[in-house]
Amino acid sequence: MNQKLVAVVDYGMGNLRSVSKAAEHMADDQTRILITSHPEDIEKADSIIFPGQGAAKACMHALQETGMIHPIQKAAQEKPFFGICMGLQVLMSHSDENDGVDCLDIIKGEVKHFDLERNPELKVPHMGWNQIHQTNEHPLWYGIPQESRFYFVHSYFVEPQNPNYIAGETTHGQTFASALSHKNLFAIQAHPEKSAEHGLQLFKNFLQWNGQ
Amino acid sequence: MSLAKRIIPCLDVDDGRVVKGVQFVDIRDAGDPVEIAKRYDEQGADEITFLDITATAHERDTMVHVVEDVASQVFIPLTVGGGIRSLEDVRTMLNAGADKVAVNSAAIFNPGFVKEACDAFGSQCIVVAIDAKKVSGEGEDNKWEIFTHGGRKETGIDAVEWAQKMEKLGAGELLVTSMDRDGTKIGFDLELTRAIADSVKIPVIASGGVGELSHLSQGVLQGHAEAVLAASIFHFGEHTIEEAKRAMQADGIEMRL
Repeated sequence: MNQKLVAVVDYGMGNLRSVSKAAEHMADDQTRILITSHPEDIEKADSIIFPGQGAAKACMHALQETGMIHPIQKAAQEKPFFGICMGLQVLMSHSDENDGVDCLDIIKGEVKHFDLERNPELKVPHMGWNQIHQTNEHPLWYGIPQESRFYFVHSYFVEPQNPNYIAGETTHGQTFASALSHKNLFAIQAHPEKSAEHGLQLFKNFLQWNGQ
Repeated sequence: MSLAKRIIPCLDVDDGRVVKGVQFVDIRDAGDPVEIAKRYDEQGADEITFLDITATAHERDTMVHVVEDVASQVFIPLTVGGGIRSLEDVRTMLNAGADKVAVNSAAIFNPGFVKEACDAFGSQCIVVAIDAKKVSGEGEDNKWEIFTHGGRKETGIDAVEWAQKMEKLGAGELLVTSMDRDGTKIGFDLELTRAIADSVKIPVIASGGVGELSHLSQGVLQGHAEAVLAASIFHFGEHTIEEAKRAMQADGIEMRL
């Protein structure tokens, strides 16, 4: 019974199928990928994938409804934890989306909209393949070349209070934090499940990561 | 270092099979959507769009399985268009593994549907398809209107105003097809593409008329599109997607290579 259990958190807000398929594609025989909306599975799991799509307010509401807030906050402190897209943004303290939403406050910082006043020509959502400049040597970047392109779709981005948390940066009109890491937690603004080989490599790295 | 422009091959699917004869020399089953999608992924396609051209409800169920099969083996964004009329249709396709759905006629008959779908699933997954034809004569100011039924039926709706309205209702992206150019191989209607792209903040995909690689670059450089969609130029093996991307890069366009 050395099976490893990886929980993909289902709170009704995301393309879970794509995320779990990508994880399954890269998982070994000893790893079980479980889509779940039960707090006890989050508790039990060896590691957590936390996807998300849609608006911040709806995501926070859905997390509340499913009783996931405390299990997620707890898991994010103690086991390998992989946030994706909105699953990165709601880790922050607060988002400017939907006239302001308090988020999970796991990482101190804000979620802001692309600055259209400073960049009137900018296309928003930031949609398509953009480069990530890796700003640290994290195990999750293993085998992924510097400046690799990932698929993004978002209109808001994260701004952590502590810049040491930034693991990757991307430029769309302005340079923003496209990946964060802190202890057992890694989170990315792009969609690795839709980012072809480099995205799959990121899943592989996460599945092999012990959180250190 | 910035966002790359995208190339999107488009596949017509009828009862679960790719039609309009995709011709890869070394492919075992030329009608298999999974095989073809995989091939385009290997060539570096930035996304893939499936257009469901089937009519019956039974065949629509087949499309759901196609999307499921492709999404479990191809890890780039997938868009599904054709026959998306209700929130249930959107949900079904997203759950099957589509990342976006393209809404066309349903938006015309009920624009509120676009807002409902965006509110329910997020703007990022709602593409509004705009089929437009030029209605202005020579010497007049350019004017395009929306047409339905494959370009046969006029609606009297101004295409640029419609695009702005769709953006306001929450659409995340616009797929702009010139019905004058579709199938002609003489290039995009660049004035149409530019008129719409310059009037909205959301990304515009240019479609209709690609016959050679230089047309793709024109769509970006002169049409101001964020992405270009083409079918036959890739299906018949005239060019690979990688060739197309290299040609666009040589024209000074940032691409994912």
